[in-house]
Amino acid sequence: MQRSGFFVRAVKTLVTGPPVYYVWVLVLLTFACVGIAAYSKQLQTGLIVTGMTGYVSWGFYIGNFTFLVGVAAAAVLLIIPAYVYQFGPIRDIVIVGEALAVSALLMCLMFVTADLGRPDRLWHLIPGWGILNLPTSLLGWDIVVLNGYLFLNLFIPGYILWKAYHNEPTNMRFITPFIILSIPWAVSIHTVTAFIYNGLAARPFWNASILAPRFLASAFCSGPALVMLLYQVVRKYTKFHVKDEALFKIAEMIAYAMAINLFLLGAEFFKELYSDTHHLSPLQYLYAGLHGKGRLVPWIWCAFAFNVAAFLIFLVPATRRNFATLNVGCVLIILGIWIEKGIGLIIPGFIPSPLGEVWEYAPTAVELLVTLGVWSLGLLILTLILKLIIPIETGELTKDARTAA
Amino acid sequence: MSDRQFTDEESVPEQGHDDVDPKGPDRESGNTREPLPDRRTFLKSAAGVLGLFAVSSCTWQEFFQKNFKQMTKEEIEGTIERLRTQYKEKYGKEFVVGAEGPIDGTLYAYGLDIQRCIGCRRCVYACVEENNQSRDPQIQYIRVLRFKRGNMDLEESTIYYNPEEVPEQGYYYMPVQCQHCANPPCTKVCPVQATWTEPDGIVVVDYNWCIGCRYCMAACPYMGRWFNFAEPVIPKDRINTQTHYLGNRPRMRNVVEKCTFCIQRVRKGKYPACVEVCPVGARKFGNLLDPDSEINRIIKTKRVFRLKEELNTQPKFYYFFAI
Ligand code: SF4
Ligand code: SF4
Repeated sequence: MQRSGFFVRAVKTLVTGPPVYYVWVLVLLTFACVGIAAYSKQLQTGLIVTGMTGYVSWGFYIGNFTFLVGVAAAAVLLIIPAYVYQFGPIRDIVIVGEALAVSALLMCLMFVTADLGRPDRLWHLIPGWGILNLPTSLLGWDIVVLNGYLFLNLFIPGYILWKAYHNEPTNMRFITPFIILSIPWAVSIHTVTAFIYNGLAARPFWNASILAPRFLASAFCSGPALVMLLYQVVRKYTKFHVKDEALFKIAEMIAYAMAINLFLLGAEFFKELYSDTHHLSPLQYLYAGLHGKGRLVPWIWCAFAFNVAAFLIFLVPATRRNFATLNVGCVLIILGIWIEKGIGLIIPGFIPSPLGEVWEYAPTAVELLVTLGVWSLGLLILTLILKLIIPIETGELTKDARTAA
Repeated sequence: MSDRQFTDEESVPEQGHDDVDPKGPDRESGNTREPLPDRRTFLKSAAGVLGLFAVSSCTWQEFFQKNFKQMTKEEIEGTIERLRTQYKEKYGKEFVVGAEGPIDGTLYAYGLDIQRCIGCRRCVYACVEENNQSRDPQIQYIRVLRFKRGNMDLEESTIYYNPEEVPEQGYYYMPVQCQHCANPPCTKVCPVQATWTEPDGIVVVDYNWCIGCRYCMAACPYMGRWFNFAEPVIPKDRINTQTHYLGNRPRMRNVVEKCTFCIQRVRKGKYPACVEVCPVGARKFGNLLDPDSEINRIIKTKRVFRLKEELNTQPKFYYFFAI
């Protein structure tokens, strides 16, 4: 009785909203359908419809996956500064951060599945039924930590909101250990993802210890930038409140993270350029082109310019505290890191090939459409989650409230 | 021998690596040729996404098939029967799908005489024929690298040479295939143990267990692994029906495959196809555990080296100089 009551109200909340909400959801749904159509094409024909080859055997999907793991991690890591600097009601911050983490994680899982040749055999990964190759396979570990993280991020807000819906006090002594656990866990998902690439001696571009720290630094740029945009949207349309000061503080932290990211990049450049061995080749391919081939060169320099510009915007107090420039900075940094850590990280790992060939890669229309579909589905999930949980959190939607939404 | 001209169909240079494409000859056009999904494909996708089984046209038994390593004897027999029926339907021929285990006291290793190799690529084509590799998209387990004399720099080498006759003045050749590493990074990374080292040292893949993640391809330093980006195409009259479950049986799309030292042959005491076909005897094969084997004699008496030894993959594939 009670549950169906919740269900009806939840649906009511989800289907009522201002016109802009309907338009947004409809647009996302349309793109999602396009993505599904493209994916079915890929299923029916094989991965030949993608740009991937025996040379560059991972591409756009895995690039997006890597970027989004960073977003999922950073969304939760923001809890620390939120707590230290008192951004606002910490519960709200936790809940919005975790909603973003859940959506990003679901996108990650969708991207990995899209990349998989045989999604019909996914059950081979289930321990007990199939075989999960632990402890040696880092991909195996990644599956474990990603799913554990997904569970934590569903459980924590789930518990808090369940209590809020029933007008019961939250037992913070029960839930705090889980919140604290989710912080190192966030670090772990990103570190393990970095280790997937890092552990391959066959690929010198990835086989550098700087990879994992750089992953974290860049995640701390793109993730919080997304959160900042999200806060502003949520703040505009709901009663959820975050102080301006909090946003400025996040921007300042992004500047530091970006400084570290750029420093690490410089360290990488120095090592490769000065020692000038064959390990330089992938970096050379990425930034200057190799043997006359350099499809990624304009992209990576764009990313570099975006990152530096955003760094300056966030560093200078005047531009950091102005919403127009602040938001430009956010967009620049998201795009910059998306390029740098997506195609900019995955593709050069394969070029030149271990036997010295330079075979380039570019995503095909099918890959682009599937990617568009996954992003749309992810944003749709995020929208719906927020649409549902924010009224619960702000007390508008409870067991006893007479009107939903 | 060295001035022979290759005119037989198998080694006509135009068919060689010069037009090799990692996914198949038509890759460029293949990509643009595919129309964007329209409404019809979208409707089909309902069936497509919901019924993954229909898409991969596999039966329930196939779907629930266990990892080969965990099958009982009866399960192996049942699986083989099913595969034989399936292959007969597809190729109209009776297949032998063997499951012979390793021969006691064997650990296989390979020797390749760089001094002798003339770069004719006969091994490449013999391998394609023997191991039922897809002709379109094209898969070839062996890559013959051509180096300019004076260095062994992989980045300076090429597989796209196409001369009137081989060997060419000023060049030497080095074929590369799976090196059957004793410390293989490829099997370590596989998330589902779809690939492993057999007791006789052969690194194999269970094509029915592989989930197609391609992690092993990223991990292999020798490009020893190939992915079936589309349904493999093999002309019916060229299919080899003498197969092994872990070897040359026909594969399906979106799974990984690789050189198995011709497991279907060597476990019956025969040489791998590439060893037999090499016109100059550059390819040697044998049992490391037999102190009198040719491969052991080579290791003991010749100057041997292994590719990328610094990576500690410990290949069981020895390059050597006969003289
Ligand atoms: S050469 Fe590559 S595929 Fe073969 S065993 Fe070594 S790592 Fe594995
Ligand atoms: S592609 Fe297949 S064999 Fe290779 S790592 Fe993935 S599941 Fe294992």
